[in-house]
Amino acid sequence: MSNFWNIWVWVLSLGTLVGCFLILRMCLKNFAGVEEGESMGHTFDGIEELNNPLPKWWSTFFLLTIVWAFGYIALYGLGNWTGLLGWKSSNQGILNIAESKAKTAEYLKKDSGVLVQYDREIEQADAKYGPIFDAYAARSIEDLSTDAEVLKVGQRLFIQNCSQCHGSDARGTTGFPNLTDKDWLYGGTPEQIKESIMNGRKAVGMMAWGAAIGGEQGVKEVAAYVISLSGRSVNEDLATAGKAKFGICAGCHGPDGQGSLAMGTPMGAPNLSDNIWLYGGSQRAIEESIRNGRAGVMPPWKAILGEEKVHVISAYIYSLSQD
Amino acid sequence: MKNTHEKVEKNIGLFAIFTILAISIGGLVEITPLFFQKATTTPVDNLKPYTALQMEGRDIYIREGCNNCHSQMIRPFRAETERYGHYSVAGEHVWEHPFLWGSKRTGPDLARVGGRYSDDWHIAHLTDPRSVVPESNMPSYHWLNTNTLDGELTGEKLKAFNWLTRNRSHKDENGNAIKLYSDEEIAGATDAVKGKTEMDALVAYLQSLGHALK
Repeated sequence: MSNFWNIWVWVLSLGTLVGCFLILRMCLKNFAGVEEGESMGHTFDGIEELNNPLPKWWSTFFLLTIVWAFGYIALYGLGNWTGLLGWKSSNQGILNIAESKAKTAEYLKKDSGVLVQYDREIEQADAKYGPIFDAYAARSIEDLSTDAEVLKVGQRLFIQNCSQCHGSDARGTTGFPNLTDKDWLYGGTPEQIKESIMNGRKAVGMMAWGAAIGGEQGVKEVAAYVISLSGRSVNEDLATAGKAKFGICAGCHGPDGQGSLAMGTPMGAPNLSDNIWLYGGSQRAIEESIRNGRAGVMPPWKAILGEEKVHVISAYIYSLSQD
Repeated sequence: MKNTHEKVEKNIGLFAIFTILAISIGGLVEITPLFFQKATTTPVDNLKPYTALQMEGRDIYIREGCNNCHSQMIRPFRAETERYGHYSVAGEHVWEHPFLWGSKRTGPDLARVGGRYSDDWHIAHLTDPRSVVPESNMPSYHWLNTNTLDGELTGEKLKAFNWLTRNRSHKDENGNAIKLYSDEEIAGATDAVKGKTEMDALVAYLQSLGHALK
């Protein structure tokens, strides 16, 4: 803060305190020329005005708040002066994360003379939770996935961060995968799950096929064939015609529609033969997928949650599909 | 002794003036100096201006009153930073006119919502919040899917922001101010948003939030 504003703050703040005191002192004086408690000589509707002073308790409290204010300033500072405690709520005015971390490290030193409330709070939390997460990080995801205590932590983290898309029971919803079945887009091994969370996933993306497979009729035919892959009954003629057109779909979904994962290429093309449908399994929903395309995205969480928490969440998710 | 206080008590104009002086002191001490502090007028290193589409999305955010239920201000408490990320700093908001910090959280804070969810999620959620969050009490904003932008005023908005941020933009290596938007960007603003749905714009805006502090 420049000198001008520093003086501005000091003068206005102290001026207000002194001003309050002076006005209070002035108002405690008896200007009426009448003894305290005596009549002022007015009567309104039989009610007489007496020259009563301000209540003692009120003026005493007013004075005490002024004294309190000086104590407060002494502890917490004013203007550029940081006060006897050196207290700050946080490090404002930082321009990047590195600067934030550097300031935190600097002020956490005992002799820095600055007490950043937020940094102390985090320091205490780290002292308490750090060793717990460190111990979790040292164990494998399989091992963690059988530990009831870890799963409780994992579930909390999941509900906080993942349930918005995957649901609080992790069963997903239209467009957002169910994590409790054994049907995976990018793999269900502990490593694959962790990778999905850490760095996110972006489906290569199904394009809009409507025009390329012969318009609405083509969409109907391919949809019929896709439905038949799960053993559901469909119009045979449509399905046969659809099968002939499925060649271009096979590039991603595999020749039998078994999905990209089964072919060893985790590009997010779902298995079409297991009657599990990410975007709905009705004739209409499947036609819609073919007509307009789909492209699911899982955001990366590494930067938001950090690896230690992702490790625990991975264990929780892994546990959901293990019987 | 003379009772000078009586003058104030019997003159309503004088009393009003003194009252205004008294209640303005708090603001004069706590707010006015901030307008002139480096810490509150320097943009964070990675602050980027909104694209034309994000700018339109921001206006839809304001129009629909999102800031009535969602704050964009992460306070420096662990309970908040655990959920939302690093606490908000002044330098992230120096180009905001008006700022959208909000003061109430019926829904969660959105200061760092960008990148947390996929575009698909935002579209599903804005169209029908309960399709993805069953316990949500957020209203549906389904019309955003069908309203399209004409972009008539987009360029003017960018110009206005150039002016509003003229003293607070990034500086080049010679210390000269870098305008938020170049003349080409302003000229191309209409084409950049024309025909896009309001949903596209709002999702683009939401996805842009919170990446400046790196």
